[in-house]
Amino acid sequence: MVGKTIKKWWPVFVLPTLAAFIIGFLWPFIWGIYLSFCKFTTVQDVTFVGFSNYAKLMLDKSFSYSFWLTVVFAFVSSILINVLAFTIALALTKGFRGTNVFRTVFFMPNLIGGIVLGYIWQTLLNGLLSKWGQPLLALSAKNGFIGMLILLMWQQIGYMMIIYVAGLNNVSPDLIEAAQIDGATSRQILFKIKIPMIMPSVTICTFLTLTNGFKMFDQNLSLTGGAPGKQSQLLALNIYDTFYARSGPMWKGIGQAKAVVFFILVVAIALIQLKATSSKEVQQ
Amino acid sequence: MENKKKNPLATIILSVISILWMYPIALILFNSLKKESAITTSGVFSLPTGETWNGLKNFVASVTQMDFLKSFWFSLVISVMSVVLILLCCSMCAWYIVRVNGKLSKAFYYLCVFSMVVPFQMVMFTLAKTADTLKLNNPYNICIIYLGFGAGLAVFMFTGFVKGIPLEIEEAALIDGCSPLQVYFQILIPILKPTIISTAILELMWVWNDYLLPTLVLDIKKYRTIPMAVQYFRGSFGHVQMGPMMASIMIDIIPIIIVYLVCQKHIIEGVVAGAVKG
Repeated sequence: MVGKTIKKWWPVFVLPTLAAFIIGFLWPFIWGIYLSFCKFTTVQDVTFVGFSNYAKLMLDKSFSYSFWLTVVFAFVSSILINVLAFTIALALTKGFRGTNVFRTVFFMPNLIGGIVLGYIWQTLLNGLLSKWGQPLLALSAKNGFIGMLILLMWQQIGYMMIIYVAGLNNVSPDLIEAAQIDGATSRQILFKIKIPMIMPSVTICTFLTLTNGFKMFDQNLSLTGGAPGKQSQLLALNIYDTFYARSGPMWKGIGQAKAVVFFILVVAIALIQLKATSSKEVQQ
Repeated sequence: MENKKKNPLATIILSVISILWMYPIALILFNSLKKESAITTSGVFSLPTGETWNGLKNFVASVTQMDFLKSFWFSLVISVMSVVLILLCCSMCAWYIVRVNGKLSKAFYYLCVFSMVVPFQMVMFTLAKTADTLKLNNPYNICIIYLGFGAGLAVFMFTGFVKGIPLEIEEAALIDGCSPLQVYFQILIPILKPTIISTAILELMWVWNDYLLPTLVLDIKKYRTIPMAVQYFRGSFGHVQMGPMMASIMIDIIPIIIVYLVCQKHIIEGVVAGAVKG
């Protein structure tokens, strides 16, 4: 009956969100897919060119380089962040003194925005590198890559740790006690009980870290700016660069085509990952 | 845990890690208090001394030369307006989606979920053009764009919660002659309060720190949010004044830390709620 009564009230309840959603997402999305098949510099001079943008982006070496760099970056960062966040979460759920203070400290970097984070770490890492006589971030692709990893770990470990702590606190103490009575070692308790019981947390944390790793833009822009050359340029920055930093009439169309490929990549990875980890979840 | 275990070794290790964890912020803080000449690439690690101490001059320079107060104002206006709009509209929308539960509302729900995965680069060019055409390209209207792009997460969080609310209360109120709007404001909102706080925090963290969307939508010469201002000064060519730069970073971080310490409990609960619903 509630449904029937409020159904005709849709202009009040749904229309504002729906209209904004169309303006802010749906229309730009559909238009973006269309433009990936076009040649354009402004929205007034659009000519349809079929798949030629997609053919051209295959030839753009910077794109394939960024593509693989991003894939490696996303997977490496996701594994490192999850392992470390889980380790800290385990330590914090042992019931030591001061766990709240540690939790507060580890979570804090997450609230700082990507641009500012990039400049904080640029100051720190360049200082260290010059002390050690190493090339600075903007001069070495390897240092830039490691720098981005460190930055993202600092930013996200706290967030994932919070989710793991919540998951671990939900594991019933009875279950662990029963295992202890049956003579299970603490190693067995960890691998046979705790980890299987928190698989839902693992699913969500891997999902978040993987998609964040793939989509990373602000931190990349401010920490290295893609330098040296384009050797530390992740996909999101590569697409931005194609749109706004390269002159020539064909680049915007290619940039939009790259964005479509990027979008398909992120959705595919997200779906595969969700399927893979959620199949390991146990029914509670 | 009723009785806290004492384990000095674990406490010491965790304390050391915590101090290291906060070091990057401390580094920026003490560099923001140093004279320009003392902030060199390798000199960043030295603490301010009597000679290099610059007091709050860098902060004054940041506020006056970089017009940082204006940026602070724009960031505040955009964040507050967007988050309030998102909370109001999306919770209404989620209530409708759950209670009406037709084909169209289901389709809209799945579109919202879908929009959460799509990378921003996919829509950045066309979104900026749409915003220009519709005159949404100033700090007072950009909240409509944020409502559209942030709707995914908010609708998703709210529908997850509304599904768990029993129908009977709303039915009784409607029978007693309440209008749907009264039911929404007087019954739904109080029940939804915890989710409203969680969603507000997640959306606020996003909008306050967002860089690319306002850069592409707003006119950078007239309106700069804090992330835009930081990038504009640091990323522009020519000589960069490191002192005011460090001070600007601190001006961005200090309010965040204060808000965090005050509403820490809600923020952490918000993150957990967001993850569990997700």
